Amino acid sequence: MDRLSRALHRHEFYLAATLALLASIIALINPAFLSLSNLFDLCKSSTVLGIFALGVLIVLLSSGIDISFTAIAVLSMYVTSRVLLAVDYSGPVIVAFAVAGCLGLLLGLFNAFFISCYRLPTLIVTLGSASVFRGFLLAFIGTKIVTSLPAGMVEFSKRSLFATTLPGGETTGLAASFLLFVVAAVMVCVLLRYTMLGRGIYALGGNPEAAVRAGFNIARLQFFIYGLVGFLSGVAGLIHACMMRNANPFDLVGTELVVIAAVVLGGASITGGRGTVIGTVLGVFLLVTINNSLILLGIPSYWQKVLVGLVIVISTGITARRNPRALHGVVVS
Amino acid sequence: MRDAFLDVRHISKRFGGVQALRDVSLTVGRGEIHCLAGENGSGKSTLIKIVAGVYRPDSGEIVVNGRSVECLRPIDAVREGIQVIYQDLSLFPNLTVAENLAINTLMEREGRWATPRRICRVASEAVARLGFEIDLRREVAGISVAERQLVAIARALLQDARLIIMDEPTTALTHREIDSLFRIIRNLQARGISTLFVSHKLTEVLEISERITVLRNGGKAAEGDASSFDYGTLVRHMTGKGIRTAEGASLCEGERGPSLLRVRGLCRRDAFRDISFDLGRGEILGIAGLLGSGRTELAMSLFGLTTVDAGTIEIDGETVQPGNVQDAMTRGIAYVPEDRLIEGLFLEQSVERNISAADLESFARWGGWLDFGRMREVVRTWMAALGITAPSTALPVQKLSGGNQQKVVLAKWLAGKARILLLNGPTVGVDVGAKAEIHGKLMELARNGMGVVVISDDLPELASLCRRALVMHRGRIVDELAMAEAAENALAARLSELE
Amino acid sequence: MSDERDNVSVSKGPAALPARLQRCLPAEGATVRLLIITVAVFIAMSLLNPGRFLTYRNFASMCFQFPELGIFALAVTVSLVTGGIDLSVISIGNLTGILAALILTQATGADPSAPMLAAYIAGAVVAAVAASALCGWINGILISRFAITPILATLGTMQFFMGISLVITKGHAIAGYPKAAQFIGNGTLAGVPVPLLIFLLLACLVQVMLSRTRLGLHLYLMGTNPVAARFSGLDVRRLLSKTYLLAALLSGMAGLVIISRTNSAKADYGSSYLLQAVLVAILGGVNPRGGFGSAWGVLLAVLSLQFLSSGLNMLQLNETVGPYINNFTKEFTWGALLLLMMVVNYYCGRPRTQ
Repeated sequence: MDRLSRALHRHEFYLAATLALLASIIALINPAFLSLSNLFDLCKSSTVLGIFALGVLIVLLSSGIDISFTAIAVLSMYVTSRVLLAVDYSGPVIVAFAVAGCLGLLLGLFNAFFISCYRLPTLIVTLGSASVFRGFLLAFIGTKIVTSLPAGMVEFSKRSLFATTLPGGETTGLAASFLLFVVAAVMVCVLLRYTMLGRGIYALGGNPEAAVRAGFNIARLQFFIYGLVGFLSGVAGLIHACMMRNANPFDLVGTELVVIAAVVLGGASITGGRGTVIGTVLGVFLLVTINNSLILLGIPSYWQKVLVGLVIVISTGITARRNPRALHGVVVS
Repeated sequence: MRDAFLDVRHISKRFGGVQALRDVSLTVGRGEIHCLAGENGSGKSTLIKIVAGVYRPDSGEIVVNGRSVECLRPIDAVREGIQVIYQDLSLFPNLTVAENLAINTLMEREGRWATPRRICRVASEAVARLGFEIDLRREVAGISVAERQLVAIARALLQDARLIIMDEPTTALTHREIDSLFRIIRNLQARGISTLFVSHKLTEVLEISERITVLRNGGKAAEGDASSFDYGTLVRHMTGKGIRTAEGASLCEGERGPSLLRVRGLCRRDAFRDISFDLGRGEILGIAGLLGSGRTELAMSLFGLTTVDAGTIEIDGETVQPGNVQDAMTRGIAYVPEDRLIEGLFLEQSVERNISAADLESFARWGGWLDFGRMREVVRTWMAALGITAPSTALPVQKLSGGNQQKVVLAKWLAGKARILLLNGPTVGVDVGAKAEIHGKLMELARNGMGVVVISDDLPELASLCRRALVMHRGRIVDELAMAEAAENALAARLSELE
Repeated sequence: MSDERDNVSVSKGPAALPARLQRCLPAEGATVRLLIITVAVFIAMSLLNPGRFLTYRNFASMCFQFPELGIFALAVTVSLVTGGIDLSVISIGNLTGILAALILTQATGADPSAPMLAAYIAGAVVAAVAASALCGWINGILISRFAITPILATLGTMQFFMGISLVITKGHAIAGYPKAAQFIGNGTLAGVPVPLLIFLLLACLVQVMLSRTRLGLHLYLMGTNPVAARFSGLDVRRLLSKTYLLAALLSGMAGLVIISRTNSAKADYGSSYLLQAVLVAILGGVNPRGGFGSAWGVLLAVLSLQFLSSGLNMLQLNETVGPYINNFTKEFTWGALLLLMMVVNYYCGRPRTQ
């Protein structure tokens, strides 16, 4: 167990250590960082990003890439909101999630269709479908921000766990949506480690031809993968709407890179076959912490983009160094 | 005749404009060791893939165990007890040994769950069945080629297979491992499991098989008991023509010329150590050795693809800068690699582009402008010189046969100003006719003063081409043999001593 | 081991054209198809917008607009040919434009004497070239030295360059250049719009480089099989660096044209250009897996797109369809077209030989 597990856990271990280190440093500079309300805030900020990241992780593992997930999220979210409002829906929020999830699922299957049936490169397909989804949304469905959401959604956004009253009198609590992230993470983890589907995803990323020969139904796998990403994105989009207390069709698109940065930071290899849920979750937390600290330290937001870019570049560089991938056939040593 | 396990009847398959298989029938009895022989392009791999369910035949039927099987998918073939071990082993480098071993079994059982414990259990059993030791937790990407071969075989044996199809299984194995493999195959036979052994290594074919089927150009050329074939008849069925044995004075006449290449004390960590030898002008030097002996690494270092930690390489007295391919090429070293499909050819590009790839400088004027007219002329010359048959120079190389493809790789280097030619497995997967042509060409090159180094596992090839051969083992040169009469046996004996 | 399933017979080439002519013409069936598409779109848009499309003013306007997209598409094409992709082209263009703009805006205040003005403009151009070269060099290092896959590397640098642009501009646009500077983007030379001339010149240079020089052939080979390229003695690292440097330089040119034409420099200009540039490259016959592609295809493709774009714009004035046409419809159209083109390519058999 030793050698392998050590290798496997090394990246995650470093990640966790970096996170701890960073948190300590920030806490020293600004003790407000460790306050309960700030921590709860961090968790809240990680929710949507985290669910997106889980989806991206699955796609990356299969050696694909999906940049349409934010478009899927916003389309699902907006349509769900408008539809529920139109039918005057006032029931539990779970229905909203179901609708958004199903819409996301369908959109994901749209991606899967092109990727699987025509064997098209995933980057370009999702580049196209992102425009199709978003263009469709903004051109044919609407551009107005929906400011009053169905009651169920609004109520969900207010729900929180572990509500406590702070010395100052305000209450703070962990947003209930974070629980959804935890559930999603656990489910994806179980999927990847304990099921044949999960093995299939890794296999597809490791050696697609061998996967065919082993008997994996590649088409079914890909439909599953992109459908799942779509579903997760739909749910994440709805959570976002709840958190924002409005449905803005211009939201979310443009944040793809931050998500990909988190997943790559978490150790997933873009060439496929390598990556874990734990790593992704840590990557998400790390990125959110960095972001949060930028705000706390008063650094203007445009440095964010620079930072995200740097993060992607540096972490992929490190991963590339660790697995000296044969550069064009000859190992770079 | 034993009752048939697999009966393939009148199979035909067409890909676009190419008729890959034409009315081929094949029968493999229960517990029979059957060999499928044939040149490249004869349809062997297509037939295997059809039996494995990867391709669907255009016509014909497949009968397994007396039952006709329709619409065979890979998973169905597995369920019927058909297991294929492909040449590339079909392992997943990012998964552990245990997962690789267990994956087929788990697929077959159609479970949804694949817990680590189940995987471990299945994997341990596989390893036990074959009787070898390996750390199940290691990633396949990190184990050696020989270990991977064993993992592939263990995986196939795991699933109560009734028929195991092995596609060129001995390419990467040492002699001892080959003997071990044959023992396993005979063991399978005793257990009633059939083996379909696909190979172009005729000596092995004759040694292990009970029955042989020979394919040629998509059709069946011969079939019968192994005892009814010998080397010559096999070759004749495979090529449709006889082979010229001992292609004219196999040994190069005359003295070895002045030293062209001098290698002294070459070392590379984890690859080879203290390599020193001379290569004369006009000499063909062979390098034999078992798997893992460092021959390929040595060749790559000589060519400059990888660096060395110590030692010198001199050509005609001038030192070659190690680790610099451009310098090596300028001084006249050329390398024909082991894996022509991945390392040697640009498959989708034309013959013309492939052949001119290594030496565009000679067609370039004023800062890079290419003279296509001259390029085409030179290409045509070399195509004629090597006997490459292709309808036009614009044809993509992937459409050529294995033999022609290898000739294209050769032409690429000959078109340049190579003085020293390093060849690694130059006739692997090449049909017998083309092989003879390539050998003839190499000897002609040597006669004209080129220094040639041939790394090969094909002992008859080494024996017929080289005057002397170095034997490498675990990174060092352990012996030098003169290729006199019966050299082949001497070489084989020396190699088997090494293990 | 080649998948025999892919050995579909390639589209028939032009019949008995003399060999030399055959070599000058771009690859057969694909480009003919493209030519047909371009003409078809032209005709369709003319019919749908009677009296508006077939006007000199429209043509002039189009000829000023599409060159910048065309140049970006050339940059993307160069990177696609080597089997990678450069997603940072637009960001590089913007960053370059911003830096040049910073220099140019200094000139408005100063006394606009000709030599001084020329110096400022020259300075701006030099800065642009230097900046884009630096960006390209960064991309090249990441991809060749650190072996980071192009997608991820350029995804990262895209963010990084845009971030730097944002930091410099703080989100605002830099505007107000001397009249002379607007010549690049708005002037005409013998009646032909300058940007168009620049694009055509660059397209010719790229085409010549790709099809007739050693560098171009090396790029094609590397795109087809980087391992074999290495084993054939090609300096893969240097080739990759050159590729991304070239792409960046082209992007820088595009950036100059943009700021000159729009008279302002923004950090997020042309966000939909990336998709369009990829669309143009794919439409133009570049194989996204590497190894094939030409600038002629890019030219025809960008024309088609421009016709479509202008035509759609004009349809806004149409009563029935008008209300549905807006920028977002165009976004939708580009995405749909990209998917459609890939499917069409699939059916027409992929690797084209040249």
